[in-house]
Amino acid sequence: MGNLENNRIFFDNASTTRIDDRAYREMLPLFKKHYGNPSSFHSFGEIPEEKMEKARMSVASLIGAEKDEIYFTSCATESNNTALWGIARAHRDKGRHIITSAIEHYSILNPLKEMQREGWEVTLLPVDKYGIVDPHDVKKAIKKNTVLISIMHANNEIGTIQHIKDISDLAKQAGVVMHSDCAATAGIIPLGVNALGIDCCSFSAQQMYGPKGAAAIYLKKGIKMRPIIIGGVQERGRRAGTENVPAIAGFGKACSIAKLEMEDNIKAITVLRDMLTEGILKNIKKVKLNGHPEKRLPGNVHVSFEYIEGESITLLLNSQGVAVSSGSSCASAALKTSHVLNAIGLSPAIANGSILFSLGKYNTEAEIKKTLEVLPSIIEKLRKMSPLS
Amino acid sequence: MVQYSEKVMQHFMTPHNVGEIKDADGRGEIGNPVCGDMMTFYIKVKDNVIEDVKFKTFGCGAAIAVSSMVSDLAIGKTLEEALKITNKDVAKELGGLPKNKMHCSNLGAEALHEAIKDYQNKIKEKQ
Ligand code: FES
Repeated sequence: MGNLENNRIFFDNASTTRIDDRAYREMLPLFKKHYGNPSSFHSFGEIPEEKMEKARMSVASLIGAEKDEIYFTSCATESNNTALWGIARAHRDKGRHIITSAIEHYSILNPLKEMQREGWEVTLLPVDKYGIVDPHDVKKAIKKNTVLISIMHANNEIGTIQHIKDISDLAKQAGVVMHSDCAATAGIIPLGVNALGIDCCSFSAQQMYGPKGAAAIYLKKGIKMRPIIIGGVQERGRRAGTENVPAIAGFGKACSIAKLEMEDNIKAITVLRDMLTEGILKNIKKVKLNGHPEKRLPGNVHVSFEYIEGESITLLLNSQGVAVSSGSSCASAALKTSHVLNAIGLSPAIANGSILFSLGKYNTEAEIKKTLEVLPSIIEKLRKMSPLS
Repeated sequence: MVQYSEKVMQHFMTPHNVGEIKDADGRGEIGNPVCGDMMTFYIKVKDNVIEDVKFKTFGCGAAIAVSSMVSDLAIGKTLEEALKITNKDVAKELGGLPKNKMHCSNLGAEALHEAIKDYQNKIKEKQ
């Protein structure tokens, strides 16, 4: 029954998802029975190779790409790093300028910081209070030496979905390669690489009910990208290293399931999301919904509770079996408020009171009800302790 | 998720001495420069001994547990003794704090000391 095992409720689907049983089963024979290396010429490599290519097909089909435009990696972070370094290096003769947004994932922002140290110039675009990048800002930022634009499809924290097509049109006009971090959207909402007009994107299996350890880069035919993991000729020389065949097979299965069931999932999850959002806004005072009211991920409920701090909320919810995350500085290892919440202009005190409930396909109405039952008293308990309220 | 000691979790889940003292003899307020959080302490003093302590805290689990522990440690102590309570004492009494939460333990003792100084200043003014 969903995540209600041991009465625990998992509302942290933005961090990872439980694997779908069908994807899990797809992986099993590849550990012990068909353990061969897909690169081998002998018979042991045959079935692993076959399974991997079948998976490549399913991954491609989910995003409307060609099979040989998909390259497997180990995680979305690797995909993002590969896309940034790989595309930038392949175009360094044209220039050394990259455009991105202030609310990207760390696996975009931190490699770009590293690239700045190596002489690349990076423009960090602001977002509005909903977390939206204004395409006009992109247009203004494009220069003669711009080689790459990287804007995420949807934000993993506040759930805001960007106007990717408008931005990719500008990139095309200027002859700039367009990459999008789609880790939060692949398999979750419709993602067609042609409809979005992107040249490259990154996504992983573990955020769409697949296993950890498999991810992909889509690279449109004809777009140049240097490898960053170099060795053998796996993945047609773009990503060396023996492939994680079981995880890739699970990834493929997760993609074909997502393709078939996405529409139903979106409907069901949106109902739960709205139930939770309305329940919170109705029963608790001084709380604010962050992100965009409509252009948001189906499972995203990101709220700020005034006067109290997110780590304490998280701990108290956890003691009731409800797993959520917080963008509070106190809850981060670096003791810094989430850069996303800073970028949408939340004051530090409000940002510190933020909680993300990220819902997935295994969540149930009963879980929403239970959460709405325990949440108000948790908030009240902490507010009674707060010098601010 | 940070791993807190059992003692920290106890004090966090059921903190002692939460609240305000309306006619407090001393009040101390401290902001945490690291994460932007806040703590207010109120004390009641009789014959140089801290009779009662109440606190309010906007902060993480550690900050709340620290406040609760500091209030426990301070009650019944003379002002001089209470001024000697250090953040290390508090962290020790709590069975240790995660490394990146040590800064929260500074808050509690400081806010208490501020409240004591506030009381002492008021006495001086009266004399
Ligand atoms: S009060 Fe912010 S980390 Fe403890």
